[in-house]
Amino acid sequence: MIREQQVLDRIERMRRRKPVVREERITLAHGAGGKATQTLIEAVFLEAFRNPMLAPLDDGALVRLGDGPVAFTTDSYVVSPLFFPGGDIGDLAVNGTVNDLAMCGARPVHLSAGFILEEGFPVADLRRITASMAAAAAEAQVTIVTGDTKVVQRGKADGCYVTTAGVGVVEQPVTLSASGARPGDAVIVSGPIGAHGAAIMLARDDFGIEAAITSDTAPLHAIVADLIKALPRHVRTLRDATRGGVATVLNEVARASEVAVVLQEDQVPVHPEVTGVCELLGLDPLYVACEGRFVAVVDGEHAGEALDTLRAHPLGAEAAIVGTVAADPPGLVLLRTAFGGTRVVDVLVGDPLPRIC
Amino acid sequence: MRFVDEYRDAGRARALAGRIAESCRPGRRYTFMEVCGGHTHTIYKHGLEDHLPSEVNLVHGPGCPVCVIPMGRVDDAIHIARRPDVIMTSFGDMMRVPGGSGSFLDAKAAGADIRMVYSPLDALKIARANPDRRVVFMAIGFETTAPSTAMTVLRAAAEDLGNFSVFCNHVMIIPAIKAILDSPDLRLDGFIGPGHVSAVIGCRPYEFIARDYRKPLVVAGFEPLDILTSVHMLLGQLAEGRCEVENQYTRVVPWDGNRIALSAMGQVMRLRPHFEWRGLGFIAHSALAMADDYAAFDAERVFDLPGLRVADPKSCQCGEVLKGVLKPWECKVFGTACTPETPIGTCMVSSEGACAAYYNFGRFSREQISAAAREPREASRP
Repeated sequence: MIREQQVLDRIERMRRRKPVVREERITLAHGAGGKATQTLIEAVFLEAFRNPMLAPLDDGALVRLGDGPVAFTTDSYVVSPLFFPGGDIGDLAVNGTVNDLAMCGARPVHLSAGFILEEGFPVADLRRITASMAAAAAEAQVTIVTGDTKVVQRGKADGCYVTTAGVGVVEQPVTLSASGARPGDAVIVSGPIGAHGAAIMLARDDFGIEAAITSDTAPLHAIVADLIKALPRHVRTLRDATRGGVATVLNEVARASEVAVVLQEDQVPVHPEVTGVCELLGLDPLYVACEGRFVAVVDGEHAGEALDTLRAHPLGAEAAIVGTVAADPPGLVLLRTAFGGTRVVDVLVGDPLPRIC
Repeated sequence: MRFVDEYRDAGRARALAGRIAESCRPGRRYTFMEVCGGHTHTIYKHGLEDHLPSEVNLVHGPGCPVCVIPMGRVDDAIHIARRPDVIMTSFGDMMRVPGGSGSFLDAKAAGADIRMVYSPLDALKIARANPDRRVVFMAIGFETTAPSTAMTVLRAAAEDLGNFSVFCNHVMIIPAIKAILDSPDLRLDGFIGPGHVSAVIGCRPYEFIARDYRKPLVVAGFEPLDILTSVHMLLGQLAEGRCEVENQYTRVVPWDGNRIALSAMGQVMRLRPHFEWRGLGFIAHSALAMADDYAAFDAERVFDLPGLRVADPKSCQCGEVLKGVLKPWECKVFGTACTPETPIGTCMVSSEGACAAYYNFGRFSREQISAAAREPREASRP
């Protein structure tokens, strides 16, 4: 066992080394939200733009403008297909940016919208997308105040890509960061996971599987505001579980906070249809994207209160405490399986599903 | 989920674990090889080893389809894929397998049209939709996937689809097991036999293992309780001094296999005189090529191939891992130079590869986590 421990220590040292992009070209894995994405962000983008506001690599940045802190974020959407059960690229683009602001503890206020359109794209489809953006913005109480349009030659883009940016105001000062988790904290997910990714997979119709799964895309600012209002000093980390799913988010938390996260598999809420699709396709729901679910790390003493608060909101009716934060081994996410064993839940390598959002 | 949950029940697992512990003779070590990569994946994914007593040691075998593909064959496939008139299709597992100069993923990023499919029939669909392109299916796998390749070729022949061909890398499990049994490095007490391969070939081909090598073999299903049950059956045989082929996976595996599948393979494919296995070297009569009658669908004959043998990297010990001689973490480059992100060896690529399974799921010290992970579930509420 001593030798095995030495090997594990050696691997841990390797994993803490400065990330290096070895590939000469971008591969789809660089966009998958897993290890390659992390490496690309840290070795190329952070390296070039390094500053204290970017460095935490949270969902958005807190900047000081005038009186108080303002949250600022941006996100691009290349989902395929553009229309899917439960939503389309339009409401996804609004909700995604609203949610990134919400994860900073901010109230989303204004959004921008940039469109890259392929020559030949039907105007009727564009109207459909903008209509659902308008509806999503109204629901999230944000206004789309500026925008941009570019058209590229046929074949140089795939229909329509949307980029949104957003600003939000921080009304209740809270300290939220991926590095805030401490031993004894509880890990909560706000609802059943994996529905967005599963819905997109089925909408592509590559597998001949039919199931009643709709995307979970939804604005999370209101339920997050309830949580922060109830427990202003006891919420450590908020992350929406988009690309790479809950597993990837928790790995970021474990790494940034230098703690272990221990999940209980049988406590993780997953709808049976999503479980079934994942089982058939050999995917783990923990890695499948959500667009209307978030992970909260809260003080373990107040976990019950946090859960009650979330469950009181319609989007959190099926929220669950899925695990705890422990001191050792730092940087790892462990899963106590429903079968009664223990395993590591690592960051995903490769891309099981390109263009999920 | 029905038909799955009943094979993952923690209560039944604990009861079975108790019976397994009782079946072990104190002080004796039992080493069983799970031949199939699917079993390796299940063992790690469910943390099955937590239910085994310290007397029972599982070693991982060669039954991971992409793990045994030699680098030269990857290079040949990339050579085909680089042609502008070609669409290469492949299972997702193949995408990151390193050849002598990069993987499919690298070739794709550099402009080759390589597409991931879930079934060879999807490749056929692509061929129908792209009559002006030549569509090649990179066929890998044991007898599990060979019948579906064969059926696809029969369909292509019936449709007279001239732009479809197969780059055939199908291998067979029995010669690999025999190579391991003949290897002097390893002492095994028995085998957990592959379930899906056996659904095709049946249980009879394993009889020589019990008869000539005096090792018990239990064909096992892929759910964690299937594997625990098989371990218990192996221990039972050893306790009673028996050496037999037994079938735990009766809900899927018929004793005589699947005749239709075997006959399709026999019609479309022929035995190669020898084939190189990654890490294991050349094994006689261990792989399949396209039969002469189907030469038109044989990518090896349709395209000019370099066909160069590429030596495995010196630092790579995949061969020892595939034979079960080394535990994944005992390899010199495990987890440092060789990771799932930047694999040197094939065992680090597929989710069925022993190294990837260990790295992704088992990379922690069981002593160290016991305190953290086994705490009572104080956090969970009903």
